[in-house]
Amino acid sequence: MTVTLTERAAQRVQNFLAKRGKGIGLKLAVKTSGCSGLAYALEFADQAADDDLHFDSHGVTLLVDPKSHAYLDGTVLDFVREGLNEGFKFDNPNAKGACGCGESFAV
Amino acid sequence: MALLHISEPGLAPAPHQRRLAVGIDLGTTHSLVACVQSGVARALEDADGRVLLPSVVHYQAEGPDHTGYEALACMAADPANTIASAKRLMGRALADLDRSAPWPYRLVDRSSQVAIDTVAGVLTPVEVGATLLAALKARAQAALDGDIEGAVITVPAYFDDAQRQATKDAARLAGLDVLRLINEPTAAAIAYGLDRGAEGLYAVYDLGGGTFDLSILQLMRGVFEVRATCGDAALGGDDFDARIADWVIEQCRLGDITLADRRRLLTAARCAKEALSEVDSVPVRVALATTEVALVLSRATFEALTGDLVQRTLAPVRKALRDVRLGVDAIQGVVLVGGATRMPQIRNAVAEFFGRAPLTDLDPDQVVALGAATQADLLVGNRASDGWLLLDVTPLSLGIETMGGLMERIIPRNATIPCARAQEFTTFKDGQTAMSLHVLQGERELVSDCRSLARFTLHGMPPMVAGAARIRVTFQIDADGLLSVAARELSSGVEAEIAVKPSYGLGDDEITRMLADSQQAAAEDMQQRMLREAEVDARRLLDATEAALAEDGEALLAPPERAHLRELMYRLAETLETCGPDDLAELKRATDALNRGSTEFAGRRMDASVRRAMTGQRVSALEGLF
Ligand SMILES: Nc1ncnc2c1ncn2[C@@H]1O[C@H](COP(=O)(O)OP(=O)(O)O)[C@@H](O)[C@H]1O
Ligand SMILES: [Mg+2]
Repeated sequence: MTVTLTERAAQRVQNFLAKRGKGIGLKLAVKTSGCSGLAYALEFADQAADDDLHFDSHGVTLLVDPKSHAYLDGTVLDFVREGLNEGFKFDNPNAKGACGCGESFAV
Repeated sequence: MALLHISEPGLAPAPHQRRLAVGIDLGTTHSLVACVQSGVARALEDADGRVLLPSVVHYQAEGPDHTGYEALACMAADPANTIASAKRLMGRALADLDRSAPWPYRLVDRSSQVAIDTVAGVLTPVEVGATLLAALKARAQAALDGDIEGAVITVPAYFDDAQRQATKDAARLAGLDVLRLINEPTAAAIAYGLDRGAEGLYAVYDLGGGTFDLSILQLMRGVFEVRATCGDAALGGDDFDARIADWVIEQCRLGDITLADRRRLLTAARCAKEALSEVDSVPVRVALATTEVALVLSRATFEALTGDLVQRTLAPVRKALRDVRLGVDAIQGVVLVGGATRMPQIRNAVAEFFGRAPLTDLDPDQVVALGAATQADLLVGNRASDGWLLLDVTPLSLGIETMGGLMERIIPRNATIPCARAQEFTTFKDGQTAMSLHVLQGERELVSDCRSLARFTLHGMPPMVAGAARIRVTFQIDADGLLSVAARELSSGVEAEIAVKPSYGLGDDEITRMLADSQQAAAEDMQQRMLREAEVDARRLLDATEAALAEDGEALLAPPERAHLRELMYRLAETLETCGPDDLAELKRATDALNRGSTEFAGRRMDASVRRAMTGQRVSALEGLF
């Protein structure tokens, strides 16, 4: 049971957290949005919920709620550059179909 | 495929709902665009990794315009059609211009505004600005992989209404939605986070390519007021280049040189100048038409050549301080802006003058765009604003109700504060002795679509025939954003007054919403676009719900629940069939209704699939999960 960051992603997260000046880590979640499927949410975490699972990856604390974890187990979060665009990318072994937009997926 | 960014807690967007907002510094010499991602503002690069876009457009009789470095490269060969520094012409009349320095292109008058005669026709500075903004918009769309929701564009603090309006027109032409114009010095201060720091006075020293601006800002309760601006519209980094070129001419006894040679010298001079910000001496090598120049320029020599230019920047600084009747010790922070402030002699002179080290952590070329991006991010609601909304301009227009329930604007949106404007009104009934005034805020034409701020009545006017009374209504916003409205009947002198706090009454969201409303009302095409987007969303939702029902409807929903969902789907499908451009809200409501109505179902599907996913896992792995 893990969710991890690549080293490159961890470095970015640490950098963003430092610039933000507060926060205990990164919160990863899966949300439903109506019927259009499942979507990733990536947020700074200022506190952990009681039932959040904690993972440590390259020195960054990742918080995942149990429900979301069922969808995210084994996921690796990377920071990539594609053309001019840069940002985080989920590599999720649970995702079967993904919307071309990269923000939502199905299992 | 879109990449993800980290949002503030609770603010992660739904898929396809990312709100991309950018900040744009439309500069005289360079322009650039920046955006906040994962909480950090960064300047966006072009395909070649360059952040600055030279503010130059090259027009051709046929074929596409060139912008930026490409246009710059055409400068020597085709100066008459290569437009640089168009910002200096924005919103100006031919008569306003200082013609002592010759413009390299043909300036003409077009409906009392300056225009430029090129091979591509007569172009207004607004069109040139729009071409640059469109290039930056395209860059942002490529770098962010999505449509730009809106932009905050910066303007010099001294820009008047006409110049600000011209900048907005340029943005509109470029297809950019202006969330707000903000002052360049204010943007720089925001980039440094000064708005979240101690209240007080700050100086912003901006030495660009051809202009010098010094602004004194006062921060009070999160609001920046521009207390003073001074500067020199003909002093900038270019003058330092010219000193080096003159020095080369003297050293090599070049005497009279051709224009082309002078241009080559200036280019080499600029390189040398920029290098001297890092190193102590540089070789200056230029191949001219008849000779080859090979010299070495030391920083000490460069500083000696330009000492008077550095001193010249301090005169406006002194004047600004005199204007606000303050000494340097009243200034609690100095921000450096503009590429030319990288020169160590500038940094030293500023530090010495103010008796404190200036803020230099951020790239002085980028700092204005970074601050604008921060403000844009806040305005589209990606960041929870702590406390006050940052203002140095009025976010929405202010006015009064006139006949027929119409809003008459007295202070336009984006007017810098503090400010005062007056307008005269008259009576519409014979013998009328009182007049009631209704103070409004908003961009819409109908009073009912604006926000009511206050009502008051002017009593005791002498009876006159309708239309004879002259009532002067004055709107005044002071440094605190406090609005006071006074009405005075001019023949009798009777007056009445009321104080309102317009900006503080409104939250970001409300302002953003009101702006969105007005833009929706103003632009038909915008409406069309939103309708199409809403239709796409609705179809997507219908399809997804249909698929989900087919898969899990039987298993997870009771018959009445299914029927209810079907009903909502039917209603949405019907709205989708019949809706016209005015039915956007209706379509959104129907979409929302189905979205809400299916959320429970989606939740059950999620739980069910979690259960499915876990069947077969060891019990220990499940403990504590539910
Ligand atoms: N490293 C540097 N050292 C000295 N001057 C520099 C350096 N980098 C840029 N400049 C100068 O900054 C000026 C452009 O400043 P910029 O802020 O882009 O102008 P503007 O606000 O007028 O668009 C040019 O004269 C350029 O040579
Ligand atoms: Mg500038």
